[in-house]
Amino acid sequence: MYEFIAFYLFAIATTILFLITVMSKNVLYSMTSLAAGMVLISGFFFLLGADFLGVVQLIVYVGAVMALYTFAMMFFDATRVVKEKHQNPALVFLLGGLMALVFVVMFSAPIIGDNIALDPRSVTPENVGNAQAVGMVLFTKYLVPFEVAAVMLLVAMIAGIILAGKKMDYSLTKCEAIDEEMNVELEKGEE
Amino acid sequence: MAEIGVNHYLILSGLLFSIGFMGVLRRKNLLMLFFATEVMLNAVNIAFAAIGSYYGDLSGQMFAFFIIAVAASEVAVGLGLLILLYKKYGSLDLEVISSMKG
Repeated sequence: MYEFIAFYLFAIATTILFLITVMSKNVLYSMTSLAAGMVLISGFFFLLGADFLGVVQLIVYVGAVMALYTFAMMFFDATRVVKEKHQNPALVFLLGGLMALVFVVMFSAPIIGDNIALDPRSVTPENVGNAQAVGMVLFTKYLVPFEVAAVMLLVAMIAGIILAGKKMDYSLTKCEAIDEEMNVELEKGEE
Repeated sequence: MAEIGVNHYLILSGLLFSIGFMGVLRRKNLLMLFFATEVMLNAVNIAFAAIGSYYGDLSGQMFAFFIIAVAASEVAVGLGLLILLYKKYGSLDLEVISSMKG
């Protein structure tokens, strides 16, 4: 009963919020609704008994990723309304609808075909909490992907610092004035 | 009152994925395009968690973890590239940025 109410509440709310994310013309509205939708998606994970995944979703997605987007917004003009020229909106809606149909069929295929064998190493252990069970599977069967993911995050961090941190002292708003000054100086030097 | 089964979660996941896909198709701003990909990644995470709980298998949750890790690194690198693009062109509009006349 509670699961029923919670599921439909979260489902309707996330669908509306993600539609706002996709349709809104304002970057701020879009980002805020995306963050709210991600908070509600962690609710689905709690409903499914994946407590640890829900907490990770809250910390990593809502905490880290959205904070990163917010910091990146400082570089962009966020208050301006995004103008987008659409050449064929009807085609986009048709393709989106077709994709929806394809994905519903695709995702309901595992329910019909019931011959997927389970790996005994990753079956949920009895009498332990979700976080403990996740740890037991993560550090045995998925140890190598876990380490590779750690290296990948390190590489991404270095890439982010190098890409965004270069010329960080070079202000975007002042750069035109500085450029003009430099041009004037250059012209003087040529004379 | 119907019991909430795995079908409900999978259909919701497909719905959210198509919302994200529609966003990828119709967005012309690169930052908005990033938001749409985040929506798609989240939809897939729901499907993984639902299937995992349906089979009593923790692999689904593991894959969702790795997807979150991939999404985090994608955002870190992608936002760095977006900042560079914005410094170069002064805009994130795909019409402005595109240099190939196709």
